[in-house]
Amino acid sequence: MNTHCKRNPRPSGEGFFKTSIWMAFVIGGLFLIVGYWSAMGGEEGMGERLIGSAARSEAMPVANDLYTKECGACHLAYPPGLLPARSWKKLMGGLSDHFGDNAELAPEDQRAVTDFLVKNAADRSGQKRSAKVVRSLKDGEAPLRITEVPYIVRKHHEIPSRLIQGNPQVKSLSRCNACHTRAEAGSFSEHDVSIPGYGAWDD
Amino acid sequence: MKFFLRVGFIAMMSLAGASLVGAAAVDDLLAQYRTQSGGTFNTEEGKAAWNRLIPDSKTGEERSCAGCHGSDLRRTGKHLQTGKPIDPMAPSVNAKRLTDPKFVEKWFKRNCQWTLGRECSPKEKGMFLTFIQNQ
Repeated sequence: MNTHCKRNPRPSGEGFFKTSIWMAFVIGGLFLIVGYWSAMGGEEGMGERLIGSAARSEAMPVANDLYTKECGACHLAYPPGLLPARSWKKLMGGLSDHFGDNAELAPEDQRAVTDFLVKNAADRSGQKRSAKVVRSLKDGEAPLRITEVPYIVRKHHEIPSRLIQGNPQVKSLSRCNACHTRAEAGSFSEHDVSIPGYGAWDD
Repeated sequence: MKFFLRVGFIAMMSLAGASLVGAAAVDDLLAQYRTQSGGTFNTEEGKAAWNRLIPDSKTGEERSCAGCHGSDLRRTGKHLQTGKPIDPMAPSVNAKRLTDPKFVEKWFKRNCQWTLGRECSPKEKGMFLTFIQNQ
C-alpha cells in the first residue's frame, strides 16, 4: 500500500479542491432530486403546483395516526377542518350512537382523538375551506354531519341526486371519496372529482 | 456477512416471537371466555351465529355479522353504510387478525351492539372467536 501511494504523488491542495467541487455538485444534485421528489409526492400533483399556491392551500391533509386508525377504520378520516370545534365535541360525546353505529373508544383514545379534532377544527385550522365552513354557519350552530354544513350543501347543490343518492357506487354525499378521488390526501379540488358512471364534474 | 446473518436471525426470531404472542393473545381471551361462561365453544355454532339474521329493533332491517364481513371470511368485506372495504377476517389470509386482545374486545363491543342491539355474552364471543380462528 505504501509503495503505491509514493508512486502516485499528488499535490494535496489541488486534489482536495477538486474533490470538494465534485462533492458539492453531487450533494447539490441529491438535494435537488430529493426536493423534487417530495414536492411531487406532496399534497397536490404537478398540475396544481403550477396553478399556484391558492389551490395548494385548499388541501386539508389529515396527519394523526390514532384518528386515521380509529375513525378511518369505518369511513374516510374526514378532515377536522370541515366542522367547528363545538361540533366535534358534541360528536365525540355521543360515540355510543354514532349515526346508528356504536363507535365507542377506550377513554384515553377518545380524549386524544377529541383533542386532535378540536385543535384542528374549522374555527381553529386557518385553512381556506375551513373559513368558508365557519362563515356559512350561524353562531353556535353545531351540525354533526359535514353534509349538513351550508357551505358543503351549496357546493353540491347543482349535482343531481341520481348521481349521488341514486348512484349505487356513491349512495350518499357523506362518501366524499366516492367522487373526490384524492379525498384521502385531503384534496377536494374540482380537478380531482370523478363521479362513478359519469366522470369529471364541471360547474 | 456474519453481521447480516445475525441481523437476519434476530429479525426472524422477532417475527416468530410476534406471531407466538399473537396466538397467545387469542388463547388467553378464549380461556377467559371459557371461565366466564363455564363451557366450551365449537366452530359450527359460531358459524351459524355469524350468518344468523337479526331484525333491528328500530328499523326492522335484518342484520348479521356476514352482512358486512361476508360469509367467506377469507374475502374482503364491506361496511354496509359507508362502503369502506373491511380486510378479511380469516387469520389464514390476514395474519394481523386476532393478535391484539384490546382490538378484539373493542370490535366485539361495537359490532355486537350494532348487530344484536346488545353486548355479546362470553359464550357468544368464544363461539365467534373459535369460528374466526379456524378460517
